[in-house]
Amino acid sequence: MKLQKATRFGLYAALELARDPDRHLSAGEIAEKYDISTNHLAKVLRVLGRANLIESVRGAGGGYHFSGNARRVTLLDVIRLFEDVGGGMRRREPGADTQIGRGLRVVLAEIDDIALATLRSITLRTLLDLVQRQRAAAQAAPVRPPEGAGAQE
Amino acid sequence: MTQAAVPGDAADAGAGAIAVRPVVAEDLPRVIELDRRNTGVAKPDYWRDLYARYADPGRSRYFLVADVEGALAGFVIGEVRAWEFGSEPCGWVFAIQVKPEARQHHVGTALVDAIGERFRRAGVGKIRTMLRRNDHVIMAFFRSQGMMAGPFIQLEKDLDDQVLRAAPGAARR
Repeated sequence: MKLQKATRFGLYAALELARDPDRHLSAGEIAEKYDISTNHLAKVLRVLGRANLIESVRGAGGGYHFSGNARRVTLLDVIRLFEDVGGGMRRREPGADTQIGRGLRVVLAEIDDIALATLRSITLRTLLDLVQRQRAAAQAAPVRPPEGAGAQE
Repeated sequence: MTQAAVPGDAADAGAGAIAVRPVVAEDLPRVIELDRRNTGVAKPDYWRDLYARYADPGRSRYFLVADVEGALAGFVIGEVRAWEFGSEPCGWVFAIQVKPEARQHHVGTALVDAIGERFRRAGVGKIRTMLRRNDHVIMAFFRSQGMMAGPFIQLEKDLDDQVLRAAPGAARR
């Protein structure tokens, strides 16, 4: 599944800010961390703001902070601010109403159904917990020697 | 499929201490009533049958209840199954329910933790469940417990055509 650029930026920003709702970050700080365009991110942040997921505070120490409920807002909620997911193959598309087209639509609808159920079931908090577990697992994993190091033993 | 009814996941403190223990016969009426409230359908025979088969943990089967301030607030049922569908032994959770007023107070989490610990002691390292794709709330709960899609996918088909074909006299029609 490939998400549009604005959608990915929106997820990065919402999740980064939801990590610590008390923390204020500027668009530049978020853009730098994810190596993305500040101008493009600024537009994305406006969309998140209109959805009441983030708020901006002006002045020294200001910036954006998360104002939603990370235990309630799902990945699908954020994605749908930027794009229509689960569109599958529309009936009006050329060939879609042929026998083969109808068969393909059934299969594509099944895939959409699973994708939507997955995105709808993962809250921002759940994803941040997943990130935390991944980091803990990486830290607990034994450090592998650089390639070729074993040959010297 | 998980017989589920919105376990409480996290958030609020403020609930009384949660104690998870094996079910006893006296719990059964409360289990039946909790299920009736959650699902709208009373199924006493079903729960009595499960009690008869799962109350004894001797065969890696677990029927646990959670008490909050001395009152039954939820239950979970599961067992270790091995080699179905080529799967190595793993712990299956197939029923979990929490009283509506006890949700959001960690009761569901305590039940999953408790049965997970028993699975671990039984020697398995994986916990698994199955649920309706459109049951967003229960899926979000299991996701919040760290559960992800596994390597299996469930497939099914309607047997109506075959049933008709196999019906006595079908060939003569």
